[in-house]
Amino acid sequence: MSKFRKAAGLALFAALVTAPALAGKVGLGREALPEEVAAWDIDVRPDGAGLPPGKGSVGDGEQLYLQQCASCHGEFGEGAGRWPVLVGGQGSLKSEGPEKTIGSFWPYASTTFDYIKRAMPYGNARSLSDDDVYAITAFLLNQNGIVKDDFVLSKENFSKVKLPNEQSFYDDDREKAERHFWQKDPCMKNCKPDAKVTGRARMVDVTPEDGKSIKVE
Amino acid sequence: MDHDPQFQKSRRGFLGGLGATAAGLSLAQAGAARAQAKPDPAITEIQDWNRYLGDGVAANPYGKPSKFEKGVVRRDVEWLTASRESSVNFTPLHALDGIITPNGLCFERHHGGSPEIDPSKHRLMINGLVDKPLVFTMDDLKRFPGRVNKVFFLECAANGGMEWKGAQLNGCQFTHGMVHNVMYTGLPLKVLLDEAGVKTNGKWVMPEGADSSAMTRSIPIEKAMQDCLVVWGMNGEALRQEQGYPLRIVVPGWEGNMWVKWLRRLEVGDQPWHHREETSKYTDLLADGRSRRFTWIMDAKSVVTSPSPQAPLKHKGPNVLSGLAWSGRGTIRRVDVTIDGGKNWQTARIDGPVLPMSLTRFYVDFNWDGREMLIQSRAMDDTGYVQPTKDELRKVRGLNSIYHNNGIQTWLVRSNGETENVEIS
Repeated sequence: MSKFRKAAGLALFAALVTAPALAGKVGLGREALPEEVAAWDIDVRPDGAGLPPGKGSVGDGEQLYLQQCASCHGEFGEGAGRWPVLVGGQGSLKSEGPEKTIGSFWPYASTTFDYIKRAMPYGNARSLSDDDVYAITAFLLNQNGIVKDDFVLSKENFSKVKLPNEQSFYDDDREKAERHFWQKDPCMKNCKPDAKVTGRARMVDVTPEDGKSIKVE
Repeated sequence: MDHDPQFQKSRRGFLGGLGATAAGLSLAQAGAARAQAKPDPAITEIQDWNRYLGDGVAANPYGKPSKFEKGVVRRDVEWLTASRESSVNFTPLHALDGIITPNGLCFERHHGGSPEIDPSKHRLMINGLVDKPLVFTMDDLKRFPGRVNKVFFLECAANGGMEWKGAQLNGCQFTHGMVHNVMYTGLPLKVLLDEAGVKTNGKWVMPEGADSSAMTRSIPIEKAMQDCLVVWGMNGEALRQEQGYPLRIVVPGWEGNMWVKWLRRLEVGDQPWHHREETSKYTDLLADGRSRRFTWIMDAKSVVTSPSPQAPLKHKGPNVLSGLAWSGRGTIRRVDVTIDGGKNWQTARIDGPVLPMSLTRFYVDFNWDGREMLIQSRAMDDTGYVQPTKDELRKVRGLNSIYHNNGIQTWLVRSNGETENVEIS
């Protein structure tokens, strides 16, 4: 009797554990409603996919920028304190102090729109209208010398805007360009002349908390 | 012979194979086991903890480290960032051992602060190029078949970024502490994507966070299907808030920024999105002014965690050198250590689990006579990649990089045991 029950139990369990696999789909979760997808799917791509209807002028963007952005990014996009610099920097990428701004470095204008829409202003995300985002993007493009003062940015003309540094990006090529880092037998003995200290973090002196004095026993 | 202490020392000694130096250091070993002149009061006096009752079981419903370990904490570098809500702190690697990072010590990197999310209001949506867009609750995910547990390191691409132009921060917590290693519990991303049904033109997956930065990255579908996870557990308990509670994505071996926390959405598309964190950030500006993008893999890297500036040598004689090695390309095959700045190397002893794309622990047991040392470690992975020196890396990448600094670290141990972050010839 007990043996029979055990066998029946096992059979039932086996049926339970194999059932979802037989069905193909697990069946958990539910279909997302179009309104739900629309609420979250706000991302924008370089080809303009995902842009909402709307438009905004450089002039309107300047006003919005001064109210919403300038306290961190500076009145002219020069960045306050350590906040990101948004304007300028053209021609600096090979220098000792490269300035990576929308105009000098970013490959696509869509990144500006997407980021402002999803995450700006810092601490008050999703508070700008789509027209506001178009206008602020237009103003930043204008400050970077990409569009003229009377430009009105819209869903329709967006993908025509090109940023100057787009062609300077290329896909990861470390496996080719750094092929020599793959070595069979790295040197183990007498690999180099005696090493000399050429730099010390202590001289830079930017580490939080001083090193405690140490006593060797 | 085996009972001759001198023989044992020289046989086990770190410098055993390094010629003249070895003799000097192992001789210094003689007489290290000193006789105690006076009885030790720690033994002869009855201590309070030996006489009186300790805490009851209700004292700490969630246990904390001993108060004597209060210095073992994440720390930040205030001048690095404009605000602490978009900032980073660092794992105290110098004070940890083994391969698993305790949950409360895993470094944090937020772009819009660490949000407190009610899991009953958290949803995961899958949309885009799928047969059926889906919404899951946390309960749905925890009922889903196919749950797995896997250990992976997570390293911020900017780990060591402050050191590109030269030695800057004195402590492996600051130079290397944007890494942690955790056992995750969750589901392969593939099973969720299969449930939604990825269309044939679905080539990229974009995870998105629910926090105020709404973090997004583009992940190729091959990687998403191969080994990415959607997880709710870390080291046996729920994700910590600062690590993405209640849900995050795990992208093994690839830069930490892609491991989107507070994961609320996965979109499938036919092209990458080129969002902020994969264009203006997390791209590698090279000396010629051009930039590499999609540099996702974290190359092999290692660091000696002790001795290091925050963990100086305090005693001559026997000491344990310890460190960590890891590779985003696979499994650590070997770690070599030098004490003379890279002239001569010895292979370290690896202990503990050796797992792909996981931190791996190594040791060298050695005797120290108080001489100055230039200590480095060099990791090799099972693809044959050998961790380069900082100079070799700068030769290819220039000085304007921020990310992917996996160059060999040098610690100068001075004769008083103090240890410094240095650059060498």
